[in-house]
Amino acid sequence: MSAAPAVAPVVPGAPPPATTFQDIWRGISRENPVVIQMLGMCPTMAVTNLVANGIAMGLATTFVLVGSGLIVSLFRRRIANEVRITSYILIIATFVTLADMMLAATFPVISKALGPFMPLIVANCLLLGRAEAFAAKVGPVRAVADGLGMGLGFTLSLTTLSALRELLGRGTLLGFGVMGPRFEPWVFMVLPPGGFFALGLLLLAVAWVSGRRARAAAA
Amino acid sequence: MSGHAHHGPPAAPGSGSAPPEGVERKSVASWKLLLTLAVAGGASGLLVVLVYLITRPAIERFAGQREESAVREVLKAPVRWDTLYLVSGALVTAPPAGVERSGLERAYLGRDGDGKQIGVAVTAKEPGFQEELELMIGFDPATGALSGMKVLDQKETPGLGDKIERDSGFTGQFPGRATPLVGVKGAPGSAPDKVQTITGATISSRAVIRIINHAVARWRPLVEAYARGAR
Repeated sequence: MSAAPAVAPVVPGAPPPATTFQDIWRGISRENPVVIQMLGMCPTMAVTNLVANGIAMGLATTFVLVGSGLIVSLFRRRIANEVRITSYILIIATFVTLADMMLAATFPVISKALGPFMPLIVANCLLLGRAEAFAAKVGPVRAVADGLGMGLGFTLSLTTLSALRELLGRGTLLGFGVMGPRFEPWVFMVLPPGGFFALGLLLLAVAWVSGRRARAAAA
Repeated sequence: MSGHAHHGPPAAPGSGSAPPEGVERKSVASWKLLLTLAVAGGASGLLVVLVYLITRPAIERFAGQREESAVREVLKAPVRWDTLYLVSGALVTAPPAGVERSGLERAYLGRDGDGKQIGVAVTAKEPGFQEELELMIGFDPATGALSGMKVLDQKETPGLGDKIERDSGFTGQFPGRATPLVGVKGAPGSAPDKVQTITGATISSRAVIRIINHAVARWRPLVEAYARGAR
């Protein structure tokens, strides 16, 4: 190859430079997959009726985000443009299958509760989105940081939602009774409509906080 | 060696008109695309098979434990049990050579400390309200009376239909009942065959009752035929 340029070549559409902490924090806060980007709504609705399920789904997704981000980033110069989506999906599907089998071998009860939603992580647009928009354009360290941040942001949102739903819908948290014997569970909250209701409340809270911040910044 | 760089080498000095970034895109030979996918697919497949082999023993152990604890529960503390396999309409203690055990239906014949039969446990799977319900059912083949029932797998409505598994007021009714069971809405009274269905989960409750009745009717003659043959 001819004399290598001193600075790293700019890849079209590459994300602006940032520190590792910023790469992680972005997914948890102002680019949160659920409450800001509104990605991965299917698992968000489907598995957040129990806190244990929400956490397990969040962590499994984090594992897939980090693993697929790393591999996509490492091979970004080897994967031809024409077959990149196919390759990304193949990489993501591999990590999903691994996560599914490892969960079944360690926490069979949670694996059974997540049922078909575990393999369906493949179809979560968050995964392909981060591979295409971020991991394919940066080095492995940034890709892993971004995957970790997005995964933790996803886990945080799912845990918050499932805590609200389990607390009101069953009167328990992680299976422990916390509302006392007099509490009559709002069965509605663990049913699908309760998922939409809880997500609406969460989005409202996020919009309220960010609206206040924006006004404070403008004043 | 990046064969598909989006930016060409620096333009020769003096040429004046470097192609704009990202416009020049060499098409990649088809065999290279094929190779990329073949390598990716091969590596993925290898990894999946490797992890499958590592995790399989644990997954199978969990499945075995689950079945074992269910047998213990529905047969009310058997000291040991024989596993019988259903091969062409008859129960046998060991399937003939060449028949894969894992694909066969099973009955678990529970015995007490003296080796006396105390009941039989079978699994049964039939549609519930949403999807198939899988139950483990323990009964006495001589009288048809139930010794227990446990839900192995259900995907009923959370909070309503899933009470067939979680509501001890419902699941606790089955031990000692006479089959065929009859589901009732109100208090079941003292009738030996009446089971009270769950409010808000009538269809799921009735499915459980139906599955139990079908299973006992189907397996009782098979177990009796086996007992006659064994004598």
